[in-house]
Amino acid sequence: MHQTFDAALEINLLHANQEGADHNRQHFDQWGITCLNIMSSPGAGKTVLLEQTLKALKNKFKIAVIEGDMTTELDADRLRKYNVPVIPINTGRSCHLDSKMVAGGIHILEHQYNPTDFDLVFVENVGNLVCPAEFEVGEHAKIALLSVTEGEDKPLKYPVMFQEADCLLITKIDLAPYLDIDLDRITENVRQMNPQVTIISVSAKTGEGLEEWFAWVSDRIK
Amino acid sequence: MHETDMTKALILTVKDWYHSQPDKPKIEKIHLIVGQFTCVEPVSLQFAWEVQTQNIFLAGVELVIKETPLIAFCHSCQQEYQPEIGLQYSCPDCNSPMEDIKSGRELKIDRIEYSSTNNLKGCGGEQPFAPTDKCIGGSRTDPN
Ligand SMILES: Nc1nc2c(ncn2[C@@H]2O[C@H](COP(=O)(O)OP(=O)(O)OP(=O)(O)O)[C@@H](O)[C@H]2O)c(=O)[nH]1
Ligand SMILES: [Mg+2]
Ligand SMILES: [Zn+2]
Repeated sequence: MHQTFDAALEINLLHANQEGADHNRQHFDQWGITCLNIMSSPGAGKTVLLEQTLKALKNKFKIAVIEGDMTTELDADRLRKYNVPVIPINTGRSCHLDSKMVAGGIHILEHQYNPTDFDLVFVENVGNLVCPAEFEVGEHAKIALLSVTEGEDKPLKYPVMFQEADCLLITKIDLAPYLDIDLDRITENVRQMNPQVTIISVSAKTGEGLEEWFAWVSDRIK
Repeated sequence: MHETDMTKALILTVKDWYHSQPDKPKIEKIHLIVGQFTCVEPVSLQFAWEVQTQNIFLAGVELVIKETPLIAFCHSCQQEYQPEIGLQYSCPDCNSPMEDIKSGRELKIDRIEYSSTNNLKGCGGEQPFAPTDKCIGGSRTDPN
C-alpha cells in the first residue's frame, strides 16, 4: 500500500541566497570594506546619486561600484568617468541582484584589484521597487531611493523595501515645487513601518541634502 | 520575475534533500509557507513551479502554498493587530509604528510529503499524479 511520510524542512526559501550573502559579507569584513546596497524603482536617481557621491568622496575613501544594470553598460560607463573600479554584473533578465551575482563581482574585485585597499563598495541594484528587497547581497546597510515624482503612497504599496531600509533618500526634491507631493506624508508613510530609518531629502541637481548623505555614508565606514 | 529565481532555489533545496535520502523517495507534495508581507506572489510561484519542473524529477509534484497574514504586535497597547497592506501599517488604536512583525514575513519550505520506494523496484514505480495537461510551452516528457 501507499504510505506517505513528512520531512519537516523548515528551510527558508532564500536560504541559499542568504548563505551567499553572509559569505559575501565575510569577505567585505575581512577586507575592511563597507558595502552599501542602493535600491529603487527604475530611474529614481541611483546612478546620478552615485556620480555625485563618487565625485565628493573618492579622494577621501577608496571606492568601488558593483553595477547591476540589466543589459547595458550605460550606467557603468557613466560611473567610470570618476576613475573608480566599476564592476558590471550581467543580471540577464533578472529583476534584482542576488548574492551569487554579487559574489561574481567580489571575485573580480579580489583578482583584478587589491581588495584590502578599499573602504567602500556601492552596489547599484536593478531598478525595481519590489524584488531587490528580498535578496540580500552581503551589504552592511540598505539604501532605498524614492523620487518625488513617484508619489507619497509608494511606501504603503511596496512596503518591504521601505521597511528594510536603513536609509531612505527622497530624491529629486528640486522637482517638488512642480508637483502635488506632500513630503511630510512620505516620511509619515515610511515611519509607520520603519520608525528608525534615517530619511534625507536630496537633489542631485541642486546639491541639496547631499552633504547630509555624504556624512551618513562616511559614518558607515569601518 | 523573482518568483522564477525563488523556484530555482526551491528546486535546488529539494534536490539536495532528495540526494541526501538513501532510498530516493517519491516526492508527492511540497508545502510552502508564504507570508503576505513578502514580495512573493503565490500564483506566480505556482506558475514558475509548473514550468520549471516539467522536465525534471519533480514533474507533477504538487506545490501547496499556505499564506500567512501580516500580524504585528503593538507594544503600547500590548495587543496584536492586522495591518492593512497598502493602506496602513501603524497601530489602528494608538498609531504607534509597526515595529514587531509576528507573522507575514515567512518564505519557507515547511515540509516535503513523500512515499517511500523501498519496496518498489527502482524509482517511480508508483505515480500518484497523472500528468496534467496544464503544462506550458514545450512538450511534456514522461516524468519517469
Ligand atoms: N531634476 C532632477 N533629476 C534627477 C535627479 N536625480 C536624477 N535625475 C534624473 O532622473 C533620471 C534617472 O536618473 P538615473 O540616475 O539614471 O536613475 P537610476 O535610478 O540609476 O535608473 P536605473 O538604473 O535605470 O534604474 C535622469 O534623467 C536624471 O537626470 C535630481 O535630483 N533632480
Ligand atoms: Mg542606474
Ligand atoms: Zn497600539
